[in-house]
Amino acid sequence: MKSKSIKKVKVKFKLNGKELELETKPNKRLLDLLRDDLNLTGTKEGCSIGECGACTVIMNGKAVNSCLVLAGEINNSEIITIEGIAQNGNLHPLQENFLKYGAVQCGFCTPGMILSAYALLRVNPEPDEETIKEAIAGNLCRCTGYKQIIEAIKHSTKITDG
Amino acid sequence: MKEKFNVVGKPVIREDGKAKVTGQAKFADDYKFPNMIFGVMVRTKATHAIIKKIDYSEIENDKHIITIVDAKDIKGLKKTGLIRKDQPVFAFEKIVTPGDVVAMLLGEDEDKLRLLAKKVKVELEELPVLNDPEKALNEDSPLIHPEFGSNLIVHHPLRKGDIEKGFAESDFILEQTYTTPHIEHAYLEPECVIAIPLGEKGIHIIGSIQNPFTARRIVAEVINYPLNKVKIEQAELGGSFGGKDDLMCILSARAAVAALKTNRPVKIRYTREESILESYKRHPYRMHYKVGYTKDGKIKAMKIDILADGGAYCSMTPFVTWRSVVQATGPYEIENVWTDVRGVYTNNPYTGAMRGFGSPQIIFAQESLMDDIAVHLGITPDEIRRINGYRQGSITASGQRLENHEVNLLKVLDTACNETNFREKWIENEKHHNRRIPTIEFKENILKRNLILSKNEFINPDDIIKKGIGLAVSFRGSSLGAEGIDAAASYLSIQNDGSAYLLCGLAENGQGMRTAYAIIVSEILGIPVENIYYLEMTTAHIPDSGPTVASRSTIMGGGAVKNSAEILRKRFEDFLKDYWKLNENDLIVFENNEVYVKGKENLKLSFPEFANLAYKNGICLSSIGWYPGPKIHWEEETGHGSAYFTYVYGCQVAEVRVNIITGEVYVDRVTAVHDPGKVINLLGALGQVYGGVTQGVGYAIFEELDKHNGLPRELNFDQYIIPTSKDVGEIIPIFVEGKDEFGPWGAKSLGEPTLELTAAAINNAIRNAVGERYFNLPVNLEEVLLKRKLRPEDLKRGSL
Repeated sequence: MKSKSIKKVKVKFKLNGKELELETKPNKRLLDLLRDDLNLTGTKEGCSIGECGACTVIMNGKAVNSCLVLAGEINNSEIITIEGIAQNGNLHPLQENFLKYGAVQCGFCTPGMILSAYALLRVNPEPDEETIKEAIAGNLCRCTGYKQIIEAIKHSTKITDG
Repeated sequence: MKEKFNVVGKPVIREDGKAKVTGQAKFADDYKFPNMIFGVMVRTKATHAIIKKIDYSEIENDKHIITIVDAKDIKGLKKTGLIRKDQPVFAFEKIVTPGDVVAMLLGEDEDKLRLLAKKVKVELEELPVLNDPEKALNEDSPLIHPEFGSNLIVHHPLRKGDIEKGFAESDFILEQTYTTPHIEHAYLEPECVIAIPLGEKGIHIIGSIQNPFTARRIVAEVINYPLNKVKIEQAELGGSFGGKDDLMCILSARAAVAALKTNRPVKIRYTREESILESYKRHPYRMHYKVGYTKDGKIKAMKIDILADGGAYCSMTPFVTWRSVVQATGPYEIENVWTDVRGVYTNNPYTGAMRGFGSPQIIFAQESLMDDIAVHLGITPDEIRRINGYRQGSITASGQRLENHEVNLLKVLDTACNETNFREKWIENEKHHNRRIPTIEFKENILKRNLILSKNEFINPDDIIKKGIGLAVSFRGSSLGAEGIDAAASYLSIQNDGSAYLLCGLAENGQGMRTAYAIIVSEILGIPVENIYYLEMTTAHIPDSGPTVASRSTIMGGGAVKNSAEILRKRFEDFLKDYWKLNENDLIVFENNEVYVKGKENLKLSFPEFANLAYKNGICLSSIGWYPGPKIHWEEETGHGSAYFTYVYGCQVAEVRVNIITGEVYVDRVTAVHDPGKVINLLGALGQVYGGVTQGVGYAIFEELDKHNGLPRELNFDQYIIPTSKDVGEIIPIFVEGKDEFGPWGAKSLGEPTLELTAAAINNAIRNAVGERYFNLPVNLEEVLLKRKLRPEDLKRGSL
């Protein structure tokens, strides 16, 4: 089937707390919708096949690879990107701790890494170290060796989003 | 030497951190420009072939194509390269490796262009493919670049003493061969660049560029522009590790050619597959070591023969292999040394700079060798290194006396051994080398027995899991050494309100360089780190400071930043001495955003007040700092000389468990003791160790870029496996801060030392666990079980 023949669909969803309705081709990747159409470039593309986790966003409370989600799937869903987790200009505790514990180097994996941790803490506010490692095992990082990232997440426990 | 610091050595939060945790940081692909079009590459299926004809007829009238650029559009140099000009921007004579690009399609719809790229017909005459560097040197092998007359890119010899006499004086001689594979940098951000035409003002390029000044030189010579009309701006860089140099220069040049032809901004962005296909790799090495030693453990002679696979282009091969020749013996004082390091062209992916730069390979070999000597002599690994290791005043293989800095090799070794209880654990593990895989023996008829095992029939996990501990040590020359010109510049400008702009001619690759520089300024002028705004790196605003490589940003760039701050400090002190009518002995202090005279509390200003006062009195508040490296020399023929002006030392101890049934190696702990000189930002320094060790673990037990006919088999992260959060146990960084006259307060290098030791330490730990020596990286499951690598073309590879 040629992409030309695919009709645009209307999708309604909540993005970073705001209701949004737009027309899009249903076969567009959520990643492209965010980066190209909505200019939310904090979500990164590292591998395009769901291996590196750089494009991680929160969809209905779960961390997903936005390169593997199509726009047609997001109707009535709630999406949170890295741009949406600071509240009223205040950094989220995860963001604060990523800074404090040196969890950022080049920063390309950082948004996805923070969002994977965010999804974990929503369902498990006090994860142990192994659970943290498991939660970010789908987020590759070549700079940090993960140690300071794990440390930052560990110190963000007991904090629910808000 | 300053001993007490206000900011230096403390954990400081990155200046770019907030932008990076909020998603605001702009990486190259985050930039968009009006009217921007995309460039998509056209490649062939060949590995080695003569290009007869490129036929665009099937696509040239397609509405999605704005234009096509190839070598014919290049007005300047058609071939480029940082050392040797052998790499075409667009291939026009030959294809020499599968990553080669013959043309680029330009248009608005990138996806359409990708489909059309496959329809370009390239008429080729296939040539024999050379994948083996040894065979590439055969006289009857075809020349990959005939214009250079040989497939040999470089040969670095080093001769010291009398090698035959050394072997004659030895009680024992040991000979071993080691190999290491191609390694992908695997920066998380794939390559991206945008070229924006500026008409009479030249061209502006923004990209994921590791070395903006190098990129500027290459672009300028390809489009035939003067340097001042090529402005290269570095976007936030999503990791590099040495990998965004040559290829980014070429991509910048391609984008520039297309932007000038179309007069529109052109973006090139690579998919992961294209990135792995076309980017350069770490050199595979084949290393033959012959060593003679006495029964007391003194090494008398070492003969080393190394062949490096340079791949299809020269790239950094001459410099990578040069570091190898300088450091090939390891940090051991040996009277008689005979080393040959050769770099060779093949049709494999080309190889160049990668964190470590010719050292991880030789350290893997030489440190494996040292352990084998220790085992043979019945002494422990630390003892053999104490007998031969560098001390203050030792002479290196190239004849350089190690002085003017603390030679802390034995100090880092002792620290690591004490910290890990190395010797005791090593001796204990040596007693458990029984590699027999335990089996359960059923004495009665299996059909009649109860199949539930009784307790004494269980396999004891201790019988299949063997513990091991291993160490490796190294010395490493800081910065470029005799490779090239070594100097850096910095621009510091205080504003009237006491805030500041800072810029250095080196480039932030994610390592945290900008923060380290802000700390240095803060230490000297007392300006809080958060009041220092680090300017965007462009080649137009700061002197050429060479490339950001060789772990030189702290020692060289830091030196330049310190110089710029000291120039201002001197100027400010002179002004205040006059303004406040001070005596020669009065001490002016700049700290905590204040300026005051020690002991005279009435003479005190906040730094903002001071800045405003100085400005109103006509004092220039800006400076350019410069830090030239001291003179060094090298004799190519003999390999003699003072290769680097200073060195750093490190020792890593790895503790592993090996599952002798599956061949899995679990890295439980790596204790990393490094002397980087003075630590500037503790948080950043720790990050360097964690990250470097983790890359080293990948090098040791996972990573290998395999090729089929020169084409990488692993083109994405589903097949090229780098360590995840679950793959590495504890990492314990320890800093031994040796004194040095160079660098800011003796701060030197850390980024590369952290990676170079890990694979060697792990290999020694595996030997300590199972009693077997492995000679070929990576020591993955099949290497541990079968002592060979399994390839997809192997039949029945699962049932051996």
